[in-house]
Amino acid sequence: MTDFGFKLSKSATLDLDKADTGLYERLCSLEPDARICMNCGSCSATCTAAPFSGMSLRKVILGLQRGQDVRPMLQGCMLCGKCSMVCPRGINTRHLLLTLCRIYD
Amino acid sequence: MIYEGKQKIWKDYQKEIPDDHWYYVRSCIRQNFFPASERKFTDITQQMLGKDVYETPYHTTCGGIAYHCDAIPQETVMTIVARQFALMTEAGYENYVPSCVTSFGNYVEILETWHEFPELETRIREQLWKACRREFKKPKYLAHTSDLIYHWRNEIAEKARVRLIDKETGEPVRMAEHIGCHYAKMFPSKGIGGAEYPYVLAGMIESWGGQVVDYPERRHCCGYGFRQYHMKANRGYCVSNTHKKFESMEPYGIQAILTNCPGCCYFMDRWQYVIAEQTGKTYGKDGFGIPVFTYEELAGLVLGYDPWDLGLQLHQVAVEPFLDRIGVEYDPKAKYLGLNREDILRPELPTNLKCF
Repeated sequence: MTDFGFKLSKSATLDLDKADTGLYERLCSLEPDARICMNCGSCSATCTAAPFSGMSLRKVILGLQRGQDVRPMLQGCMLCGKCSMVCPRGINTRHLLLTLCRIYD
Repeated sequence: MIYEGKQKIWKDYQKEIPDDHWYYVRSCIRQNFFPASERKFTDITQQMLGKDVYETPYHTTCGGIAYHCDAIPQETVMTIVARQFALMTEAGYENYVPSCVTSFGNYVEILETWHEFPELETRIREQLWKACRREFKKPKYLAHTSDLIYHWRNEIAEKARVRLIDKETGEPVRMAEHIGCHYAKMFPSKGIGGAEYPYVLAGMIESWGGQVVDYPERRHCCGYGFRQYHMKANRGYCVSNTHKKFESMEPYGIQAILTNCPGCCYFMDRWQYVIAEQTGKTYGKDGFGIPVFTYEELAGLVLGYDPWDLGLQLHQVAVEPFLDRIGVEYDPKAKYLGLNREDILRPELPTNLKCF
């Protein structure tokens, strides 16, 4: 292969027909509140760990809906619960995260 | 459907194009990529169609390429453009036609900015006067050269010696059209068909016998994007965009692509070689690529010009299968003979993309 000094980037296209959303469905069955998340990002905006660890609950839920692996982000959560205080939908986000950790275990 | 209603709505997507007396300015980069296109535009319009299309050797770049690369500020670009308008005014013309889509977008943006901020126009007039003692009138009509070829497409069709019809099957050639982002995405009302239904190239293909094929990424950028290419670190992003377009058009059996922007034509042609070298994949039939033409080249082919006089030997993707398909006669031995019939040397052939 000729080296041009640059190469094709991997496509960021999401094929939702092929995405495995089993984990998200399981989360929703245990924590139905996951379905009412509107991805506003208030949780991520208030997250103390976010600037240092890349943790974002909004991205976690979006990643699960897209069938992506979100485990590395979960490890950044300190379970402080600030996100649950700001959620406009009143989701118990701390509990939701703990449930998700249990599913992964 | 009420036909009259549809016609009325479609009128909103049209633009007024005077039939004659145009002041023509060339692109700063096109002649390096597809050297015969601009020359053929003047040949077709002046000699074949008998139009008054005037150009002067004193014009320069419009500055758009440096502006979109973030290399110079807009006020500098405005002064360059003001000088271009001064040359038009001195030549006694009111209709301005640039050959480059980015130039066209640049002129539209500047005229709109001056309309919104007249004090800025006054300052630019002062700067131009201080710099070179010139004054200018703003053009009455501004069009891109593809607008003019679109406007005269039926006259070209009447003089056509070749139609975009597959010689063997009798079916129209399946063509994709790709319109440069700066044509109508910035100022939709300034392009034929706007940003939603751009018809400038589709109209040419249909008038000359071809079939326009739709595909999902039809309106996606070609990938050039100025900084994406000019900064080598971003070049992978540039070629990835082009790759996305070709992957999208692959299932639709497209036999040729028509473009109206210098960058689009260049990158959709050249990147097919890079994609083939990096992935081993080609998008045309039998290991060939899909040929990409400028509208002047396609008009020239339809009007019966020799393909090598149109500069088609400088395309990366081999054009011969397409020429055979529509029945254009050519001498394969003359491909690498220059204007003075001297050998211009043969390029090294790619590994994966089939070429002659």
